[in-house]
Amino acid sequence: MTFKRPYGAGLAALAAGLFAATAACAEPTINKGDNAWMLTSTVLVLLMTIPGLALFYGGLVRSKNMLSVLMQVFYTVCIVTIIWALYGYSLAFTGGSDFIGGFSKAFLMGVTPDSKAATFSVDANISELVYICFQMTFAAITPALIVGAFAERMKFAAIALFIPLWVTLIYFPIAHMVWYWPGPDAITDAVKALAAAGDEAAKKAAQAKLDEVMADGGFIFKKGAIDFAGGTVVHINAGIAGLVGALLIGKRTGYGKELMAPHSLTLSMVGASLLWVGWFGFNAGSNLEASGGAALAMTNSFVATAAAALAWMFAEWLVRGHPSMLGVISGAVAGLVAVTPAAGFAGPMGAIVLGLVVGVVCLFFCTVVKNSLGYDDSLDVFGVHCIGGIVGAIGTGILVNPALGGTGVMDYVAGKVGDYDFVAQMTSQVWGVCTTLLWSGIGSAILYKVVDVIVGLRATVEVEREGLDLTEHTERAYNM
Amino acid sequence: MKIVMAIIKPFKLEEVRDALTAIGVHGLTVTEVKGYGRQKGHTEIYRGAEYAVSFLPKIKIEVAVGRDQVDKTIDAITSAAKTGQIGDGKIFVMNLDHAVRIRTGEADAAAL
Repeated sequence: MTFKRPYGAGLAALAAGLFAATAACAEPTINKGDNAWMLTSTVLVLLMTIPGLALFYGGLVRSKNMLSVLMQVFYTVCIVTIIWALYGYSLAFTGGSDFIGGFSKAFLMGVTPDSKAATFSVDANISELVYICFQMTFAAITPALIVGAFAERMKFAAIALFIPLWVTLIYFPIAHMVWYWPGPDAITDAVKALAAAGDEAAKKAAQAKLDEVMADGGFIFKKGAIDFAGGTVVHINAGIAGLVGALLIGKRTGYGKELMAPHSLTLSMVGASLLWVGWFGFNAGSNLEASGGAALAMTNSFVATAAAALAWMFAEWLVRGHPSMLGVISGAVAGLVAVTPAAGFAGPMGAIVLGLVVGVVCLFFCTVVKNSLGYDDSLDVFGVHCIGGIVGAIGTGILVNPALGGTGVMDYVAGKVGDYDFVAQMTSQVWGVCTTLLWSGIGSAILYKVVDVIVGLRATVEVEREGLDLTEHTERAYNM
Repeated sequence: MKIVMAIIKPFKLEEVRDALTAIGVHGLTVTEVKGYGRQKGHTEIYRGAEYAVSFLPKIKIEVAVGRDQVDKTIDAITSAAKTGQIGDGKIFVMNLDHAVRIRTGEADAAAL
């Protein structure tokens, strides 16, 4: 599988998407099977967002705000798609600094149907364009997750402004930090050149070249954090941004006093199920190759999700006396979140344990912790995505251990799976989690303030009472 | 003439309709309503957010009958809608001054 652990230092591995900036001596070829799988995965991830996430969220709000949520999600997909093509891909996936890429591929400059992107195997490339589209769908779903935190009270104009700012200043840097690396071909070629170097001077030059290649990666990647499909980049990132938003914008009018029951758990169930289906593109697609690694990610995405749904359901049954539909689907989503970073690293039995743990932990956060702290994260973006993402990120560091059925972390310099070191791996994982929490938490707070000054974040109380559908969009979700 | 208005449990509607048909009442109007009485409401829980729902869904039926049929109508509704639990509903009887059948113009008793 994927990932490297360069020099003993534990400059280890990483995650889902990656990309080789440099074409090496042996010209890699595009693998049609891998390409076909990635084309499929890309549309599956789009399906997660629209209509999956949109319906899951939409069903959870009151009927007067249904369209506002659908609009916010659909808008997010469209605006991020355009931004991604204009400069997002370039900022996330070209070399630059450890924290952000450059503009060398802005407007997709130089990318043609013949351009190649690296996978996790030497000499197995996919079309760069499909890689661009695949990563585009990740960039689109992440900010769409955030809108659940301040659903039912945010002005559409504020969201229209916030989303482009957020992906530009928060998402692209984090994606770059976690996922940008030189790719297997570049590393392997540099290693071969070093081995082939004859005299001292040639060795020195080759070592310098290898050092240069290994230095060409994102900050969190070089810390050795592994994140298969985006536990940090997508879920912790969006989850903490959601919490900050919910805190800054304030509670919904009538929160805790009025009935704010979901208007259609039926639609939420449809949405959650579409999320699960689409997530196979997200997780198994993050393998970038239609190989056994993708099959492992698929297996884990099945079992962890089912385990988390059952854990939430039984825990709720035990504590509250009733198993609930909302509980089962919330648990399923929590399981999907937690298995995201672990999908290609954990073994299936490890993934089941991960699912069981996250189901209970997220239930605890969405009920006990939220109620005792009193913040109004409307659709539990923090409780499910941030907390589930953290459980997943930490869990991945444990479950990747080959002794626990994990795959270990590939060391591309040595050309084999590296030795597992618990302390080193956990340190790396904590680096990933904390960097994301701080970058996104502080950065998002600043962006909310900026948007508040420019257009104002919050809808008026009258608008909130009337519902955002009629006031903001002059439409009604249901004319019956 | 009287209007007999009854608030009943929704799942009892068919039984009440059958009972009224059996005593010769051949028309009634049904409305979905919400309300509460001694049954109070119930609690709904969504991810730990508990809501006391005070208003329960009920069915309101209205039937216009002649003075001589009022007692039979009340008996029919009472026996059909009764479960013995709180929340079975209530029956209200009101005077009806005048009735007209729109199609024919027939009035009062002939219009019922």
